[in-house]
Amino acid sequence: MSFLIPLLIAVPLCSAVANYLVNANSARWIAAISGFIQLVLSILIWKVYADFRAAGETAQFLLTAHYSWFPLWNINLDLGLDGISVTMLIMTSLVVFSASLLSWNVRNDAKLFFSLLNFLSAGAYGFFSSLDLFAMFFFLELAVVPKFLLIGIWGSGEKIASAMKLVLMLMGGSALLLTGLFVVYYGAGGNFSLTELASNRLGREIQLVAFPLLFIGFGVFTALFPFHTWVPDGHSSAPTAGSMFLAGISMKLGAYGCLRVATYLLPDAAVAYSPYVIILSSIAIVYGALATLMQTDLKYMNAYSSISHCGFILLGIGMQTKASILGSVMQMVSHGLMTALFFGAIGLIYQRTHTRKMEEMGGLLKSIPFLSAVFVIAGLCSLGLPGFSGFVSEMTIFVGSWEHSDAFHRVATILAAASIVVTAIYILSAIGKVIFGPIRQASHISLEPASFVEKLGTGVLVVAILFMGLVPFWFTNLISEDARLIMNQFTLLMNP
Amino acid sequence: MFTPATEAILIPLIPFLLFGIIGLAGRRLPEIFSAFLGIGGILASLLFSLHLSVSYFSEPVQGAFVLKEFFSFPWLNFSENLKISIGLVADPISMLMVVVICSVSLMVQWFSLTYMKGEERFQMYYAFLSLFTGSMLGLVLSSNIFQMYIFWELVGVSSFLLIGFYFQKPSAVAASKKAFIVTRFADLGFLIGILLLSYETQTMEFKGILDYFKSGNFNPEVSGIWMSHSLAAWALVLIFVGAAGKSAMFPLHIWLPDAMEGPTPVSALIHAATMVVAGVFLVGRLFPVYSLFEGVMQLVTWIGVLSSILAAIIAISQTDIKRVLAYSTLSQIGYMMFALGVAGKAGAEAGFTASFFHLFTHAFFKSLLFLAAGAIIHAVHSNEVENMGGLRKQMPIVHWLFLIGCLAISGVPPFSGFFSKEEILLNAWKSQPLVYGFALIGSGLTAFYMFRLFFLVFYNKSHSDVHGHESMGLNFPMLLLAIPAVFAGFVPFSSYVTSTGLPEETHLHLMFSIAPVGIGLLGIGLAYLFYFKQNSLPEQWASKLSGLYKLSRGKFYFDELWRAVYQIGLIRALATPAAWIDKNLVDGGLRMGAEKTLRLGDRVKLIQNGKLQDYVLYFLMGILALILLTLLMIQS
Amino acid sequence: MNQELLTPLLILSAFLFFTGVYGFVTRRNMISMLMSAELMLNSANINFVAFNKFLYPGKLDGMFFTLFIITIAAAEAALAIAIIIHVYRQTKSIDVKDADQLI
Repeated sequence: MSFLIPLLIAVPLCSAVANYLVNANSARWIAAISGFIQLVLSILIWKVYADFRAAGETAQFLLTAHYSWFPLWNINLDLGLDGISVTMLIMTSLVVFSASLLSWNVRNDAKLFFSLLNFLSAGAYGFFSSLDLFAMFFFLELAVVPKFLLIGIWGSGEKIASAMKLVLMLMGGSALLLTGLFVVYYGAGGNFSLTELASNRLGREIQLVAFPLLFIGFGVFTALFPFHTWVPDGHSSAPTAGSMFLAGISMKLGAYGCLRVATYLLPDAAVAYSPYVIILSSIAIVYGALATLMQTDLKYMNAYSSISHCGFILLGIGMQTKASILGSVMQMVSHGLMTALFFGAIGLIYQRTHTRKMEEMGGLLKSIPFLSAVFVIAGLCSLGLPGFSGFVSEMTIFVGSWEHSDAFHRVATILAAASIVVTAIYILSAIGKVIFGPIRQASHISLEPASFVEKLGTGVLVVAILFMGLVPFWFTNLISEDARLIMNQFTLLMNP
Repeated sequence: MFTPATEAILIPLIPFLLFGIIGLAGRRLPEIFSAFLGIGGILASLLFSLHLSVSYFSEPVQGAFVLKEFFSFPWLNFSENLKISIGLVADPISMLMVVVICSVSLMVQWFSLTYMKGEERFQMYYAFLSLFTGSMLGLVLSSNIFQMYIFWELVGVSSFLLIGFYFQKPSAVAASKKAFIVTRFADLGFLIGILLLSYETQTMEFKGILDYFKSGNFNPEVSGIWMSHSLAAWALVLIFVGAAGKSAMFPLHIWLPDAMEGPTPVSALIHAATMVVAGVFLVGRLFPVYSLFEGVMQLVTWIGVLSSILAAIIAISQTDIKRVLAYSTLSQIGYMMFALGVAGKAGAEAGFTASFFHLFTHAFFKSLLFLAAGAIIHAVHSNEVENMGGLRKQMPIVHWLFLIGCLAISGVPPFSGFFSKEEILLNAWKSQPLVYGFALIGSGLTAFYMFRLFFLVFYNKSHSDVHGHESMGLNFPMLLLAIPAVFAGFVPFSSYVTSTGLPEETHLHLMFSIAPVGIGLLGIGLAYLFYFKQNSLPEQWASKLSGLYKLSRGKFYFDELWRAVYQIGLIRALATPAAWIDKNLVDGGLRMGAEKTLRLGDRVKLIQNGKLQDYVLYFLMGILALILLTLLMIQS
Repeated sequence: MNQELLTPLLILSAFLFFTGVYGFVTRRNMISMLMSAELMLNSANINFVAFNKFLYPGKLDGMFFTLFIITIAAAEAALAIAIIIHVYRQTKSIDVKDADQLI
């Protein structure tokens, strides 16, 4: 079964090449079919993984595959999955499938567009399933560079400036990351392997040096305050699929790295730095939500709200209890799906109304009921309504954070919880302005209804969000053992 | 046929399923078919709930009605102890609520069949009603405080969707937003309260929480003290904030009058009979815990008293028929709330019974009043009482029904409101005479403003241009509601619902009821003098009491206060600076960094200027530096 | 052999060298700069010869090197003048300030 992960990475790579060889019309079909195959494969991977677990398999990582890459420096292509990465793979494939469907009408060189999109997804799959830090870094970079072209060519507004900003900031993060990785590598005597680094813990001094580098490096991807400023411009300039990918998957790459690399491998430093992580993430949560209140552009609104929501992920990681880590993994999945849906809906509405300014829209429920309903669902999920995925993940983080009974952690939790009120305000204002109310422009009275492909693309994500919101134990059963293993690193620390 | 557990599951599940079916089918379903689906579903739920409550009340455990758990299954595990289990429980108050919700919802859905005829989103209306009913039923049957929070939010969102049903009307959109945001703000308190309480008790099950406090494990020293009160007390205060938000207690009441922008049947169901009493239900659910904390009970009492009096004063001067009813709802919920509050005192435990008795009777007569108002609005096409008047002739049946409602709410015997209100006053008297005094004034005001409304609508000057008409489709459900509005008072309530679960005898204190009934009749008499015929008395008194009148007209300026809090506190003090900082400091910082890098590049570029002689100079300087370095190294 | 004569020779060489440097840096005219470069090379030659004579009288390495440098200097002068002529054709000037582009 170890061929499954390489296959999952190979499918988008092959289709990236294939996309470029055929004409534009076939390219989108290839992208859609490849997206579907990726979705099926990732669900198959989950099935195989769950069967292994049910059969009593206790190894931390399953479905492993090992390829030697640069033997001279002990760099390998080590692949393997635990429950956390399985959920990430499913989330990624859902977003990729939906994004390819929602880009059905992309103009200007559709071949290159879909090709780049597939490169991105290959990078994401590789990142989530790598067990070697260098390979992880490699895949992370694979998922960065195509974004520049995606935004620069198919974007809107000040696309070149935004693309530059995004890539430069992410590259800056990568530079920190690479430095941190080398600190770890040499600290461990020339080892990049995740499993070996986890069992032979680095010295405290090395950890203290490596942690800020790694955490900030990955944090730039996850909109860690104050390194989040690429998020609003990048997302709002990107084409629909680009924003879906950026917010849905890219930001999760960083979050996953913060958890899997920075926290899991460097527990002593994670404990030492946890107050700073908590402070920064609380600031991101509250401040992101407040800044969102003042936005008038739908994409900017969702981008700022992503800063706030991703703050929850980092808060959960910083709190370092089992429930909070569980919650932050769930928040990664939930935010990935929800924000992709939101950006998808915004993109489809923008295609029809040709404006993203809230005050120029209104009463869309009358002219495009289906897309309006999707918009409302995404909004309600974003404000944490029970029944949708956002609620369970946020609540798990709150309950997990509450396990610390000192004032500092409690205040941080209460601040984070207070932000959901602000979230309700901006989401409802947006719904009130855009979906409800009288129609403001004559051209908005009759708009093109959603096509079948668009309904399918958004429907997939809606179903996924509902599934996660209604059956959260499916997730917790899958990942709670892995969260416990991460927590084990901390307990070892307390009882040396 | 069904086991109680299956029945309990089916009661909320049927409306939820219908929401899914009607909502997904949308316009593909014929209007009438979706309405019949909704009505049939709720009828089934009503039958199940009647059967369930009959079987529950016929099987007391050792003479007492206890919390009975039907099933429970783990839904979300947070840690080893803390988990959300989805489960259903039965106890007297939840059985009571289930019957009330189902029956009122049935009548409202029936009424809507005529009222909402021809609406564009007719199917969605029934879908949302089913969603609301299902969530509300889930709320009252929840076995877990977190599960209750989940349904709590769901009733909030269905209320949001229904208030904003006429989504093209800006005022309806604003009202729906306001309702959701204000209750969300209060729910923040609820959430933190849950976290605090569950951290203390290490369980989220109601049963576990109640047992924890009953067993005497609770020790304020261990639980932690903050500002000279134990954390558990603070948890209860915060939970009460949530309850106050949902039940529109002062000062969080501002959303309820605006919520009247929704369709009138919705107001009858959600904003009169069921959702707004969820706060009372929540406090009642945790009543054994609340009663341990004297201070918290005082807070509950006085917030209740304040709400009941202020709302009654505001109701006197409002001219929108639905808003008058909304303020009267506020006032009546205030009664229920302080009845719970006074029940903390020894000797006045029956306040608990009284509170739920009032909840029970109020649900019927208030939804009757709202539906009657709906029928009037349907005929007159206006909410303003100025456009009504003299409707007695055009709408005789509605006139009688409205009168029944008014008599019931004013506490005139033998209508249902008399019994419940009398019991509240009795327990208030036993506990705190001051509260009793306020409650007495409140009931006088209630009678006055209700009959003011009644006379203004049905008597006073008549409009010749209004062609009121009645229809059986509207009247029949109201007639059915009028039956319990009249007779519900004769239910031997205290033999079913008590704070301990042990049945008690009902006593009627005839001597005691003289004062409340008298003051009620006085209110009615005054209203008759002022409003039966058009005269100048109202204007005279309004100018005499101009200060109070202005306060009442202006609703004590709570809307303005909250708007100022929102505008100044949130937008101007927090959000604007945050957006500014983001644009100028964080993003500006990055831009500045980028610009400085560019500048530096420009400077450094000048070194490579192509001038041969400059290069030679650099070369020489380099050589000199190297020589110096070498010399220094040799020396040292 | 008395070595007192070495010091004045070295001073002469240093003087020549720095004259060359000064000329190279300050003169605008490329021909003058070429001449200055010759001065620097020749100061090196003097050093070579002087050291060879006074420190290692039995050897000839310094002499050979001097001859080598003279050859290089000749070749370099030819090459440099060729470049200068080429630059002149392009810019109509043999001022070094005008020759700051790689044309």
